[in-house]
Amino acid sequence: MMKRLATMTAACALTAVAATAEEVRVYNWSDYIDESLLEKFEQETGIDLVYDVFDSNEVLETKMLAGGSGYDVVVPTGTFLQRQISAGAFQKLDKSKLPNLENMWDVIADRTSKYDPGNEYSINYMWGTTGLGVNEPKVREILGEDAPVTSWDLIFKPENAEKLAECGIHMLDAPAEMIPAALNYMGEDPDSHDPDVIARAEEVLMPIRPHIQKFHSSEYINALANGEICLAVGWSGDVLQARDRAAEADNGVEISYYAPDEGAQMWFDQMAIPVDAPNPEGAHVFLNFIMDAQNMATASNYVYYANGNEASQEFLAEDVIGDPAIYPTPAAMDNTFTTTPYPVRVQRVVTRLWTKIKSGT
Amino acid sequence: MRRWLLIGIPYLWLLALFLVPFLIVLKISLSDVALARPPYLPQLDLSAGWEGIKTFFAGLDFDNFVFLTTDDLYWRAYISSVQIAGLATLFTLLVGYPIAYGMAMAPDHWRPTLMLLVILPFWTSFLIRVYSWMGILSSEGLLNQFLLWIGLIDQPLTILNTNVAVYIGIVYTYLPFMILPIYATLEKMDGALLEAAEDLGCSRLTAFWLITIPLSKQGIIAGCFLVFIPTIGEFVIPSLLGGSGTLMIGKILWEEFFNNRDWPVASAVAVVLLLILIVPIILFQRNEQKQREREG
Repeated sequence: MMKRLATMTAACALTAVAATAEEVRVYNWSDYIDESLLEKFEQETGIDLVYDVFDSNEVLETKMLAGGSGYDVVVPTGTFLQRQISAGAFQKLDKSKLPNLENMWDVIADRTSKYDPGNEYSINYMWGTTGLGVNEPKVREILGEDAPVTSWDLIFKPENAEKLAECGIHMLDAPAEMIPAALNYMGEDPDSHDPDVIARAEEVLMPIRPHIQKFHSSEYINALANGEICLAVGWSGDVLQARDRAAEADNGVEISYYAPDEGAQMWFDQMAIPVDAPNPEGAHVFLNFIMDAQNMATASNYVYYANGNEASQEFLAEDVIGDPAIYPTPAAMDNTFTTTPYPVRVQRVVTRLWTKIKSGT
Repeated sequence: MRRWLLIGIPYLWLLALFLVPFLIVLKISLSDVALARPPYLPQLDLSAGWEGIKTFFAGLDFDNFVFLTTDDLYWRAYISSVQIAGLATLFTLLVGYPIAYGMAMAPDHWRPTLMLLVILPFWTSFLIRVYSWMGILSSEGLLNQFLLWIGLIDQPLTILNTNVAVYIGIVYTYLPFMILPIYATLEKMDGALLEAAEDLGCSRLTAFWLITIPLSKQGIIAGCFLVFIPTIGEFVIPSLLGGSGTLMIGKILWEEFFNNRDWPVASAVAVVLLLILIVPIILFQRNEQKQREREG
């Protein structure tokens, strides 16, 4: 009896120890960090890091709205962040615990305050544009030397899409980005919330849908790099990661990224702390760690996305800070547009249109 | 007392694992979408007492079910799911029956090994097995490489992201559920019946049609239901192996839930799916009961 009691006490003591070992749970986009940073965080702070990934804002949002996700730090895109803030999903940041806030870049903070007024709830992690990932030699081989690789014509003109279908086209499975892109191409307001205007996006997207091999938001990185496809509508840094993977594999595939001439959507991925985070204290430690100039530069150098951290810029590699596909020139920045969240009824129209485009019904 | 306890436990399971979750889904399907956490109204406020319960019930309505009739997308998705599930069940039967037959006819000492081989895939995660099919069926995949190598085709076939891949995925995944019940009935079959048929001048094929098939009918029916019922609501296989044109209700449900954040409509879709499934489930139960009566 005594012995049994002793083992039980030992077992209880063990669980107690396990419970006190501090843990931070982070839920971020896939392929979106240099993993050496995760180890560095654990070594510097002694906090255990649980790092999970997702590839769609919709999945994250459902977890946030359901509550009890168990995550301490999540990374929604600006429009989604704005809606989740109004649903009461996040807690205000305690800025006294974030001394590295001084590193942040006012140009980006100014733009993100559109979604999070005063940046009360979030910090910018990365930002980028939605544009074209092109296997240039292949595309020029099919369409000729004067292929419009820097224009939405490349995919939105049915005759181009039809010819390129044989080497494979992927499109983001993200209606909140593809429909604004189509509207912008037509000369309509990309941020329109008018169902009649949104419906017109069908005129651009429907004729090209038979030529799209897959609607997916993460597979295109590998597909571009392996040469399985020659065109993808994708996110800037993801396409550049594909470019590097292809170069590493030395398989003769050459990928370029273009934010199209007609204008590209600019988006901001923001780190925020859920209102029911189990360890908000640790979440602040993580945010402050990420905002360190060196750490943020390490992340950007690895994922090829621009960040909202001005102090990090001196540590950025030349092929990051010097690449206009990552850090656009001020003129190119002016040629971007942003969107705002759809109200529920309009969201239904957008989703229905997207289902129609994806399935043809 | 002990008898009640014995009968009570399974019903308690049914209550906890089926009825309570169903009532929660039903409740959500009668509420309205809202920008809140969780994203629907009304919420049951028990602290307000009886008044709270009254206002809660006053806020429920059938609008979401009416909505499902306004767009033919839902009906086409239900019908397409039933079609895909029906055809996939047929294919599974065509593949599964010969395997079960072979197992039942195999020498006694082989049977445990054969049985093990059928169950073995369950030791690996279902998701990983579906992913490996993506590797097999893709245009640079093993299957195309093999066919190109033996010279049967000179262009890779597009199988991944089509309905063909969905059928392959379903047949592969659900095959054990077809094999096991058929094997169970075939194994019990008295071999002397076949000998008698042959003695009386029946050819082997006729004997198979007249004796083996009817005697394994219960197994065939059980296997078909076990494949058909879960396949209708299948989400993972069509979303990983299917193309954008694969219309199945599981995918529609996902879109309602994740893209529209409309939990009430998503729940209504789920309730209607359950109503559609109740018919085959009841038929399945009847079949099982008949079999038990016959054996009892």
